[in-house]
Amino acid sequence: MSNSRETNPAELSEIRARLASASGPEYWRSLEELAGTETFQHYLHREFPENATEMADPESRRQFLKLMGASLALAGVSGCAIRTPEKIAPWVKSPEQIVPGRPQFFATTMSMGGLATGLIVESHAGRPTKVDGNPDHPASLGSTDIFAQAASLCLYDPDRSQVVLQADADGDGTYADFTYDDFLAALTTEMNRLNAKKGAGLRILTETVGSPSLGGQIQEILAKLPEAKWHRYEAVGKDSAKAGTKLAFSEVLDPVYHFDKADVILSLDSEFLACGSPGRTADERAYAAKRAPKEGSMNRLYAAEVAYTNTGAAADHRLALKPSLFVDLALAVAREVGVEGAAPDPKALSEAQAQWAVAVGRDLKKTGKTALVIVGEAQPAYVHAIGIAINQALGAIGPEGTVSYIESIEVDPVDHTASLVELVKDMEEGKVETLLILSGNPAYTSPADLKFAQAVKKVPLSIRLGQHVDETSEVCTWHVPEAHFLESWGDGRAFDGTASIAQPMIAPLYNGKSAHEILAVMMGQFERSPMKVVQEYWKSQKAGAGDFEATWRRALHDGKLADTQARPKSVSAKPLASFGPRPVASTVGGLEIAFRPDPTIWDGRYNNAGWLQELPKPITKLTWDNAALVSFATAEKFQLANNQVVQLKYKGRTLNVPVFIVPGQADETVVFHLGYGRTKTGRVGTGTGFNAYALRTSDAPAGGPGLVMTKTEATYALASTQSHRYLEGRNHIRVATLADFIKNPGFVHEHEEHAEQSLIAEWDYESYKWGMAIDLNSCTGCNACTISCQAENNIPVIGKDQIIAGRNMQWIEVDTYFHGKDVNAPDVYFQPRTCMHCENAPCELVCPVAATVHDAEGLNVMVYNRCVGTRYCGNNCPYKVRHFNFFNYFDEATPSLNAPSMKLLANPDVTVRSRGVMEKCTYCVQRISGARINAKEKGQRIQDGDVVTACQSACPAQAIHFGDLNDPKSKVAQIKKDERNYAMLGELNTKPRTTYMGKVRNPNPDLVEA
Amino acid sequence: MPPKDMNRAHLEERELPVLLPGQTIGSVNDLISDAVLKKPYSKGWLLGAAIGFGMVNMLFIAVAWLLIRGTGIWGINRPVMWGFAIINFVWWIGIGHAGTLISAILLLMKQQWRTSINRFAEAMTLFAVACAGMFPLLHMGRPWVFYWMMPYPNTMAMWPQFRSPLVWDVFAVSTYASVSLLFWYVGLIPDLATFRDRAKNKLARMVYGFGALGWTGSARHWKRYQTAYLILAGLSTPLVVSVHTIVSYDFTIGIIPGWHSTIFPPYFVAGAIYAGFAMVLTLMIPLRTWYGFEAVITMRHIDNMAKVMLATGMLVTYGYFMETFMAYYGANEYEGFMMANRLAGPYWPFYAALIFCNCLAPLILWSKTFRLNLRVLWVVAMIVNVGMWLERFVIVVMSLHRDFIPGAWGMYSPTVWDWALYGGTIGLFVSFLFLFVRFLPAIAVSEMKELVHQETSHHGHAHHDPVLEGHAS
Repeated sequence: MSNSRETNPAELSEIRARLASASGPEYWRSLEELAGTETFQHYLHREFPENATEMADPESRRQFLKLMGASLALAGVSGCAIRTPEKIAPWVKSPEQIVPGRPQFFATTMSMGGLATGLIVESHAGRPTKVDGNPDHPASLGSTDIFAQAASLCLYDPDRSQVVLQADADGDGTYADFTYDDFLAALTTEMNRLNAKKGAGLRILTETVGSPSLGGQIQEILAKLPEAKWHRYEAVGKDSAKAGTKLAFSEVLDPVYHFDKADVILSLDSEFLACGSPGRTADERAYAAKRAPKEGSMNRLYAAEVAYTNTGAAADHRLALKPSLFVDLALAVAREVGVEGAAPDPKALSEAQAQWAVAVGRDLKKTGKTALVIVGEAQPAYVHAIGIAINQALGAIGPEGTVSYIESIEVDPVDHTASLVELVKDMEEGKVETLLILSGNPAYTSPADLKFAQAVKKVPLSIRLGQHVDETSEVCTWHVPEAHFLESWGDGRAFDGTASIAQPMIAPLYNGKSAHEILAVMMGQFERSPMKVVQEYWKSQKAGAGDFEATWRRALHDGKLADTQARPKSVSAKPLASFGPRPVASTVGGLEIAFRPDPTIWDGRYNNAGWLQELPKPITKLTWDNAALVSFATAEKFQLANNQVVQLKYKGRTLNVPVFIVPGQADETVVFHLGYGRTKTGRVGTGTGFNAYALRTSDAPAGGPGLVMTKTEATYALASTQSHRYLEGRNHIRVATLADFIKNPGFVHEHEEHAEQSLIAEWDYESYKWGMAIDLNSCTGCNACTISCQAENNIPVIGKDQIIAGRNMQWIEVDTYFHGKDVNAPDVYFQPRTCMHCENAPCELVCPVAATVHDAEGLNVMVYNRCVGTRYCGNNCPYKVRHFNFFNYFDEATPSLNAPSMKLLANPDVTVRSRGVMEKCTYCVQRISGARINAKEKGQRIQDGDVVTACQSACPAQAIHFGDLNDPKSKVAQIKKDERNYAMLGELNTKPRTTYMGKVRNPNPDLVEA
Repeated sequence: MPPKDMNRAHLEERELPVLLPGQTIGSVNDLISDAVLKKPYSKGWLLGAAIGFGMVNMLFIAVAWLLIRGTGIWGINRPVMWGFAIINFVWWIGIGHAGTLISAILLLMKQQWRTSINRFAEAMTLFAVACAGMFPLLHMGRPWVFYWMMPYPNTMAMWPQFRSPLVWDVFAVSTYASVSLLFWYVGLIPDLATFRDRAKNKLARMVYGFGALGWTGSARHWKRYQTAYLILAGLSTPLVVSVHTIVSYDFTIGIIPGWHSTIFPPYFVAGAIYAGFAMVLTLMIPLRTWYGFEAVITMRHIDNMAKVMLATGMLVTYGYFMETFMAYYGANEYEGFMMANRLAGPYWPFYAALIFCNCLAPLILWSKTFRLNLRVLWVVAMIVNVGMWLERFVIVVMSLHRDFIPGAWGMYSPTVWDWALYGGTIGLFVSFLFLFVRFLPAIAVSEMKELVHQETSHHGHAHHDPVLEGHAS
């Protein structure tokens, strides 16, 4: 305890101090002696009369913990005192010169699934409020995905675990609170015992470890205790991809894609766009950059997929296919490309599917080394291997090509499912005496057939480091609160091998510990802080020859260790014949189930993050729940409607799940997203969705054939934010093929009604004239803009009931439209929609109190404290982008949002709106003001690029452009002159400042139906 | 309900009388004042008043909860940000139109038959406007700052935004409410004096006396009274047209298809008169029976009101037709869709019901037989009341729920709190009416006496309005 107190300069609350000082190893022993006896109870009450009663009553204990959390959290308001005394190099401003009211920016690293992304964190008075991408980091290039955006919310989550817990000896699942010192004492005793046995019986379970220093620490322990074992399990891991490279190259390698070179791409069930591949946002940018509609340089994307994903929506040709048919599709393409020995089952694919494969294969072959086949994780290793074989045949692998291979980023890669199976078997057999779970939530995410939770109960000492008291904590003997990555030191490697350091932005709010700390203690290194662990690792790696201190500071400042990217390996794939027999025989008929990570809450780890729960999932626009997604034809066949509950029976397990119909999904397939139906989670996630893990087995993590679906009479209300998906023939989204675009570059203005001319001269904007352009051709509908906006602008989470009531608050929404005549294979178009800042704004005219007015720079501004809430503006807005606070949403709507810790999350530059006022996109006016102050200091105009709106900064596809239209050289002014630029509903004479750029598709003429 | 043969008897005459034969000044005086001063509290009255007061309590609860929680307790959402509150506002304001029309325009047009119904219609107008006035205040997100919509000197140095029709609304409705109140009260003065003189109870004498402002019935009083009444009638006349015209601007100024239409002002005014007469009939038919006013509120009145209702109903039907025609003829994509959505969209039953209620059902009033059948007429009037509410639902909700951006479309359904507030205002209206018929002269006594005087002295030439002509009794 004294140790942790030294490293934590924040004054803990009196209550907490008293509680902590009351416990210690001796006290703990006496507790065991006295527990249960009346004398002891009496003693406890007399000693701490007010606390003891509090702790006994679960209701008031919660209250107590809440207060305690709040007092800790509020310590952050006092400013820089909360920051750790260890040296942290700043990003932009040096920490010595803190200007009150000005945020500071620090570089750090977030890891997900073992891949690191570089971030820049905005910190106000010592509290991180907003996460953006690090432009210098190769995985980010300045953009982020939705998960990184939600990091600040997760940090302040008041439902995070706050104290060390130990399960009561009676095994009824209740806990007693302990201090970290109690835990250290228990762990030390255990380690002494294990050291004597060379670690026999010790097992460490982690998720994918991409952090070199953490991997190093584990390997140190394994070296010291050779009998101990390290298991890994990541619910949504890369087992098949790894096995695929092993088949093809005899070793586990990680691919690095070069979308900047890729002219023709075939995605086989891959979700490389949008949320499908955390840590690879840069791929989306490179892909989008190649979409510029110019003859010969625009790429072409083919996507065959099971679910309807952002990748399929972006594709020029999309094929919906049952999971079991992918082997044959891949083989059919391979045969066309000329891979030796590729022989698809001639009966498996339908005629149309086979033709598709032939056309794609020909196009790939014609393109040669600038073509790329990319295979999704849900596909079996065999398909991954075929993908490699095709790339090899195309000449795409190698320095000139579109994909190269590097050493695995994961430390000591293994097959995670096999590793977990082994662990469970050993636990069942009683071979495991001590289990240390350092990350993940295996009791929830492990395959149902393993019965992990039951097995853990057989382990005498199970220690769980976790941010939440969840399903795994429930079955472990100890739970230790884990520090969030914004609270702790760490490191990681990007997809290309570039290493970067994670530095804490704030001292642990709830006294959380990092895995580094626990592992150091296990090695007996009580004084070795996580920073030391990371620093010493990189020192030992001789990072940056010469002065390590300078290298370290540079790495912290830049957010990456220079020149650490992995060198591509020279590889050559083995022939197809050596891959062995094809894995699944083609099944004809019968329902299949496909387990996929949830687009917003991933494997369930973001279950308690309100922003991500309320973020409409791409395509379905569902919030707060998952569902059994079925195609139109399948729904018709089973006579299902949305919200209808069906019983899914798969491998002997059943689950009742509501149905949601997704036109264009593969027929006879149920897509079921993971991550919902948690039994023990925070207040936000409780009661959301259905647990797909309950059907998932270790032999088929991606699902497979053999599903039985039975209709029930029950219904369940799903909350979708967009009820209408058809454009009704309106020209809000304007699309042309590349060939048509070249013939008629002004296609967006065809059939456009012209706005009437006015006799009154237009207003002259003398200083700045802000404007935005959104390129629909680049947009992949990934939703990063929505979450970034939510984080920047203090947008509340309103809860499922309010979403069903139709009151969503996100200022930028991504509309999703189905388009096309075939309901079984529609196209999907995305359109981000936010305030257009009309020069003739219909909202301004009708406000009775002048609460929404135009400013001198053309912004349509909302004066919150003048608004009386007639909502006339919201009705009269033709773009329907105004959001009303029907309740006091920020404080009331979602239980955890009114917690004191959440107040720390709020951006101090943006007003928190009260009940009864209208709100909407402001073009991030606070960022404009910030840039104006900076420009005035320098005595110059705001330069192009000085103002970056939150949505723009997050956008991985760089579809959003913002700037001064009065500056003819600004990017946005150039874009507005582009022939693809058009105003939505321009005929209403609203003169919107936000305009769109038409979408151009690049179809293969061979595949276009006559 | 009067005996059938009595109705029959009138049917045979070419023109129905405005007063049944045999009425004298004294009998009229007794008939009207006894209803207040002598008639005991009937069980029916007590029951009705109790129901009304019960519903007023519901109103209090609905308003309290609204103020505590916010407008989120209602069914409004994005895109339908206006719902029941605005529908009910327009509905009540429309109902409130009959009073002024009957009092002022029919007065100026020398329509003698207005005399026995004007007081009641005016009272109904006031109560309807009181109910209507509540909604725009309560529907605000922050009703405690409602006064920001009015021009007054303030430290914020802010005017209201005069381009907004909501500001015009504030002026229009408040002017209408004050002029209606004044008109009604001025008309009441001589009658309050009569009540003062006839009341036996001391408290009643004091209260009526206070209201009578020292009226003695002197020639000077009568002269000033008549001048004032005429001026007020003149002032009220433009209001009949202006209020609902301005209420219609709330919609026409907007750019939403289904709102943005030049036909709205005239067709809103016609609709308001339509709704107002329907409500007067709804209330008058039972009232004249319960209080035995058949002698003064004759079938002539009923017939004339039914005719006005029919005429305005046809005007409204023309409005619907032109709206539909223009949606087609204008060839505007969004207007066309709006109309198609009305006819075949998710809310089509509402539009179909509207056409039935407002256009088809009143057609039977072309027949005099049905006009004079009180049961049929009452049912038709009730149907029109519902129809006019549906019209506002169609305009407010069906225009908003599907406008320009299909991705933003939504559906609207009211919550229990929407209904509670609506029911609460109906309760308030009913309660006011019950109090009114119990404690104030429901028919203008002095004007009736003039009428009796005319009828008896110039029978057959009864087309002079006593007030206009300056006859004093």
